[in-house]
Amino acid sequence: MRFKHLTLVLAAAGLFSTGAHAQTEIQWWHSMTGALGDKLNELATGFNNSQKDYKVVPVYKGTYPESLTGAIAAFRAGNAPHILQVFEVGTATMMAAKGAIVPVAKVMNDAGEPFEPKSYLPSVAGYYTNTKGEMLSYPFNSSTVLFYVNKDMFKKAGLDPNKAPKTWKEVVAAADKLKASGQACVYTTGWPSWMHIENFSAWHNVPIGTRENGMAGLDTVYTINTPLHVKHISMLGEMAKKGTFTYAGRTNQAEAKFYSGECAMMSSSSGAQANIRRNAKFEWSVNFIPYHDDVKGAPQNSIIGGASLWVMGGKKPAEYKGVAKFFAYLSKPAVQMDWHTATGYVPITMQAYEVTRASGFYDKNPGADMAVKQLTNKAPTANSKGLRFGNFVQGREVIEEEMEAVFAGKKDAKTALDDANRRGNDILRKFEAANK
Amino acid sequence: MVENRPWLTFLAHAVLITGVAIVAFPLYVTFVASTLTAEQILTVPMPLLPGSHLMENYAQALSSGSTMGASAPVGRMMLNSLVMALAIAIGKIAISVIASFAIVYFRFPLRNFFFWMIFVTLMLPVEVRIIPTYQVVSDFGMVNSYMGLTIPLIASATATFLFRQFFLTIPEELAEASRIDGAGPMRFFFDVVLPLSKTTIAALFVIQFIYGWNQYLWPLLITTQENMYTTVIGIKRMIMTGDAATEWNLVMATAMLAMLPPALVVVLMQKWFVKGLVETEK
Amino acid sequence: MEKRVVFRSAWLPYALVAPQIVITVLFFFWPAVQAIWYSFQVQDAFGLKTEFVGLRNFSELFHDSHYLDSFRITAFFSSIVAAAGIAISLLLATFADRVVRGALAYKTLLIWPYAVAPAIAGALWAFLFAPSVGILSYFLRKTGYHWDWVLNGDQAMFLVIVAAVWKQISYNFLFFLAGLQSIPKSLIEAAAIDGAGPARRFWTIVFPLLSPTTFFLLVVNIVYAFFDTFGVIDSITQGGPAGATQILVYKVYYDGVKAADLGGSSAQSVVLMAIVIALTVVQFRFVERKVNY
Repeated sequence: MRFKHLTLVLAAAGLFSTGAHAQTEIQWWHSMTGALGDKLNELATGFNNSQKDYKVVPVYKGTYPESLTGAIAAFRAGNAPHILQVFEVGTATMMAAKGAIVPVAKVMNDAGEPFEPKSYLPSVAGYYTNTKGEMLSYPFNSSTVLFYVNKDMFKKAGLDPNKAPKTWKEVVAAADKLKASGQACVYTTGWPSWMHIENFSAWHNVPIGTRENGMAGLDTVYTINTPLHVKHISMLGEMAKKGTFTYAGRTNQAEAKFYSGECAMMSSSSGAQANIRRNAKFEWSVNFIPYHDDVKGAPQNSIIGGASLWVMGGKKPAEYKGVAKFFAYLSKPAVQMDWHTATGYVPITMQAYEVTRASGFYDKNPGADMAVKQLTNKAPTANSKGLRFGNFVQGREVIEEEMEAVFAGKKDAKTALDDANRRGNDILRKFEAANK
Repeated sequence: MVENRPWLTFLAHAVLITGVAIVAFPLYVTFVASTLTAEQILTVPMPLLPGSHLMENYAQALSSGSTMGASAPVGRMMLNSLVMALAIAIGKIAISVIASFAIVYFRFPLRNFFFWMIFVTLMLPVEVRIIPTYQVVSDFGMVNSYMGLTIPLIASATATFLFRQFFLTIPEELAEASRIDGAGPMRFFFDVVLPLSKTTIAALFVIQFIYGWNQYLWPLLITTQENMYTTVIGIKRMIMTGDAATEWNLVMATAMLAMLPPALVVVLMQKWFVKGLVETEK
Repeated sequence: MEKRVVFRSAWLPYALVAPQIVITVLFFFWPAVQAIWYSFQVQDAFGLKTEFVGLRNFSELFHDSHYLDSFRITAFFSSIVAAAGIAISLLLATFADRVVRGALAYKTLLIWPYAVAPAIAGALWAFLFAPSVGILSYFLRKTGYHWDWVLNGDQAMFLVIVAAVWKQISYNFLFFLAGLQSIPKSLIEAAAIDGAGPARRFWTIVFPLLSPTTFFLLVVNIVYAFFDTFGVIDSITQGGPAGATQILVYKVYYDGVKAADLGGSSAQSVVLMAIVIALTVVQFRFVERKVNY
């Protein structure tokens, strides 16, 4: 009787004690929709269940620009979130906001959490690291650009379906043959600037802008109108005229053209694989992006796209401890492997990559490791670590506008790239003035 | 219709049918898409006849959102949308009808100034002033609350403008008669103006209800808890941005559900609605 | 427009306008003044460093040939959207008023699109016209027409005009229908007895009596075309290709919300606001004279 009574009292005390133990809440604003958002929620739940002191609360705050606007408004009003997911083109904006953010390296070190910058994939972490080697934001969801080939169409045109074109010369040759065999759409691309200017430059180990692509200083200047760039965009313009290059738009509209069977070759994000796997009713392969073989140093390595997690300023130390613990949790190989295999985003540590490989995942899903392979093709140089241009949202738009003029036959490549360079630099100077 | 001109009637029907076809076609496509599977939607061309997955798509949309369950259940989001829509509609009509009455039926200094002050609110899109507006709302402690969601959206120039147009058409004799009877302005307002305005009010109610129901950017910014989200946010969140595949069939099903309450309001109020604006021009 | 019979009171009118004025001041004017203040500053996104630069943002705007192009594009876009929106809905309303059979069905079906949220309507149109999988793109390709709005600026403009007008037809239709049904049948009958045909009756009686409604819709549609159409453009063309559909308000929205460039965005919105206020004043001054109340 008394034993039972005691047990009840202890149980009640236990209930109360869990209730009275205040959990530090950590607000995480993100922009992951649909199934990606569900997976993200799973990550947070996993962390919350693994310990009792902190509770990460993920909140979907709209698209990347909407979420950033919300965070800016909230910060100015004094109620910013703890963690904010920001797209890669916003890196310069976040970095320059010295009072608004706390570098991830500092958060981890202050909290005493194990943090080994060298364990992260250099081309992934490099994008978000400053010139002193300090990691500023946590690379959460990164992808890179890959080259997809419709093997059935290649066979039909008399090309070897297992030999995807490696150089642009080979692409043009294959394109002509495909066109001759009656293919309406031969080559298309998603994310034109990311593929044909940014990654193009990195893959050929040439700069996109001065000062290490903007990483070393706000006084950077674009250099996207070099003879090599002009030659490449001219080539695309020629292909457009011949009908072997079909422009599909500024985002990922090209992917539907590929998996619907309309276009034979496509360059777009590594994240397109899931969609293609689901919808393509033909044999296809995923490969490295092509390069010009007359450029010394090509192919180098590609750069990432996607988003990273920034830690906002003005919070209490206890809360930052929770953030650090959460990032440590996210870096665990098992968690990384789960996120990578479910979403298609690249794993951010070598260890996670190895663990995934050991599990046989890449054998069962050929091509799933192509992204990591391309990112780690060679050790990154100053030209291929990434980029950091101010107001790059507007910068990219300017580049895409000028490219559209070339593809529509309205401008020649040299004029367009000169204009893109000039207009881009105007935008950079505005950013510099605002953030000096 | 005064005389019987068959060819004109025929023309009328032809034009109307074409009009309906053009105007309602996107909605028809939405409906069809909500009865197919995601793969079927992405085939080219998409089938134009309804498929067989109606029940399962709608069941899924109602219960869990996307295949693995969204955080905010649809029911809660619809409640938030409903509260916003009702509060905005009723609030706007209330303050606009009395403001408009004052501006039309009184002579007082600053009268025109106030009218233009109210009218100018149409001229600066909310996206431009969203950050300072958020700050004001935050300073009042109204972030993440129904008040913060609705009150900033209540000052409406459209309603005041419409009431002004209507009040200007009310015959002078009515006001005169009221004065002769010794009634004060408020008696006139409650006994004459308001009853006459019943149908304009019904019309505005429909418009403002839909306006409130369809809000996206403001609720997104002002709330930090997903259980305060509105239906439109829920839908947009299902449309994938970036790499992964949108489950269009579920998106369309949820969109159809989200359109039901406003569409219902339109259809039900239609009688009042049309009659309401009838009295706008005497 | 003035009423002949008015009331006088020292305090009542102020009390009646107070709620609306108070809310307008707190939640519109105060933030708007701050937003406009941004246009004279250069600042980083988070407001940590601000620098007063006077009219520099404005002069930068007017030196940008792309910005100046947007004026022309906006004028074209807005006038067509407003004109088409009003004309088409007037046509539909006139015929809907005339038929007896199926009237309710027509009215319901024509009003329903208004219930679609702008955020969703944009996604719907992008879906219908998507280059590969869009069903309307498919039909257009079948007709042999080279439909490629992704590269052809004129086609892109056509597409966004269609999407913008579609949304407004329901709204205008409602108001026109109501206005038509308020016209006393006796007037129409009298004219018919006098021998006037339907067209004549329309232009000499119906249209003038519809003028308060038409004026209201004219003002509202122009404001809509200038301010509320960025959602349509954002979901379909994003101002492309090569800036062909870059209307003024789109750049305002893009710079403010997408690019976090508050100074530039505010400067542009000040310019835009000035244009629309001028347009509205012109309408009230000159067009309202023709309105019969």
